This record gives sequence, structure tokens and C-alpha cells, in this order.
Amino acid sequence: MPRVSRWYVRTAWAHFLVAITWGALLLTYKAWPGLGAWVWRLRGWHIEALLVGWGTQMILGVLFWWLPKLPGGVSRGPQAPVWLAYGLLNAGVAAVVVAHTWGWGDGLRWGRALEMLAGLTFAVNAWPRIRPLVRAPARPRRTSP
Amino acid sequence: MPRLARLYLKSAFAYLLLAFTVDGLALLPGLRARPVWAVVRPTWWHLFLVGWVTQMIFGAAYWMFPIVGHGPTKRGDERPVWAAWGLLNGGLLLRTVSEPWQALHPGGLAAAGLVAAAWLQWAAGVAFVVHIWPRIRGWYRGPRPREA
Repeated sequence: MPRVSRWYVRTAWAHFLVAITWGALLLTYKAWPGLGAWVWRLRGWHIEALLVGWGTQMILGVLFWWLPKLPGGVSRGPQAPVWLAYGLLNAGVAAVVVAHTWGWGDGLRWGRALEMLAGLTFAVNAWPRIRPLVRAPARPRRTSP
Repeated sequence: MPRLARLYLKSAFAYLLLAFTVDGLALLPGLRARPVWAVVRPTWWHLFLVGWVTQMIFGAAYWMFPIVGHGPTKRGDERPVWAAWGLLNGGLLLRTVSEPWQALHPGGLAAAGLVAAAWLQWAAGVAFVVHIWPRIRGWYRGPRPREA
């Protein structure tokens, strides 16, 4: 697994751990409302972390790893857009989380815009790689003298 | 595909079927507008997202992520993955029963069941991350069994 994919996948699992912790607290709150109404404010964070922070980020990380390499079969293409997409996506998730949890009105707009830019930036790398897998011709076997 | 991955994927497909059956039933004339759908809807979402999507991702990740060695233990310690499967499915089934029950008749056993379901699913997630974290790495280039 290439380094940039490892960053995506590790960050995705970190979001996952946060999301399931908030999810468990939300479900506990349904049973014990005495836990405090503050728990319900974590709902937006739970959903965002699970669907974008974990699901989408995991898909992008694995896509960079698994999509066919460029013609020649050596390069996965330029990595700069993939790193940029990583930053934009996580900044977007953070903005949406702040908007949902602490009521930053513009956060939702900024967050979604950053996430959209992340998708477009990632596509710069991924789009040319969505192509048939062409295997390099097999090397001739060495015959014993 | 290893046995454990097959178990995850088959369970995931069972939840997909269950989720769409519940959703299909809700499309029966007039049922979606009734209060019962509001009670069932959160459970339906989690049957789909936890039972189907999460379980499919767990199974595929366990199968496809880089190995950490060779031989029967090439994917590392499998015990957390078995535990995660049991905890996830036990927790989700418990939730399927206790969440609508708690909504209709709050308190008592329903509330206890819902809290147990919440933390069983949480423990499943943690157990799976414990297994998968060391496998987020480059390809294994260590010694093969013959060379070891």
C-alpha cells in the first residue's frame, strides 16, 4: 500500500473510532435521556465522520492504491493532487463538524465546498487511471544451459 | 477468499436483504406515513449502514489489506476479527429488537438492551481496528517460510 493511501486509510479508521464512540453515546442517550441533551449535538459529527471521514476517505485511499497504473505500468500518476485532496477533505469534514456541533452557520457551506474541491482534485489523478488493466508482457523464462 | 471474509460478506448480504425487505414493507399503502415507520427508520438505516456497508468493508479489508507475514498467520491475529463479527452481529440484532421497543415502551429491559447494543457495536469497531491497524503498511517483503 503506497504511503499516501496509508495516510488516507489510517485517518479514515481514526474518524471511524470517533464516529462509533459518538454513535454509542447517542444510542445510550435514547435509553437514558438523563445523560444530557448535549449528546444529541454529536449526531451531525457522528454522521459526517462515518459517511465522509471514514467511508469516502477509505474509498479514495484504496482507489489510489488499486486503480490501474498509467501506461507503462510503473507510475500511479502525480501524487500532489492526491495529497491536496486529503487536506481539503479533512478540512471539509472539520468545518462541517464544527458547524453541526457548535453551530457555526457558514461552516456547512465551507465544509461542503472543501469536500467538493477534494473530490475534483482527487479526480485529476484518478480519472486517467480508469482504464483497462494492461499487464506488461511476461518475461521469457530462463532455460537452464 | 479466506473463511472469515466469506462469513463477513455473506452476513453483509443477509443484512442487505433484510434492510430492503423492511424498506419494501414500509412502501405498502399508507404504512410509511404511519408513526410505526418513524419508529423503525433509525433501525433501518443502521441495518443498511452497519449490517451491509460496514460489514462489507470489514470483510473486504480483512481479505485484501497487506499481509504481515506468511503461512496461516499471514493476516496477523484473527481473534479480534472473529470477536468483531460476533459483537457486531449480536449488537445489531439486539438493536433491531430493542430500539423500536424502547421507542414504543421506554425503560426497563428495552433500555438496557439498547445500551448493551450500543456498546457491543462499539466494541466490534474497536476490535476490528485493533486487527487492521498493523496491516496499513507497504507490501510484506519479509522472509518466506522456506527462507525463515
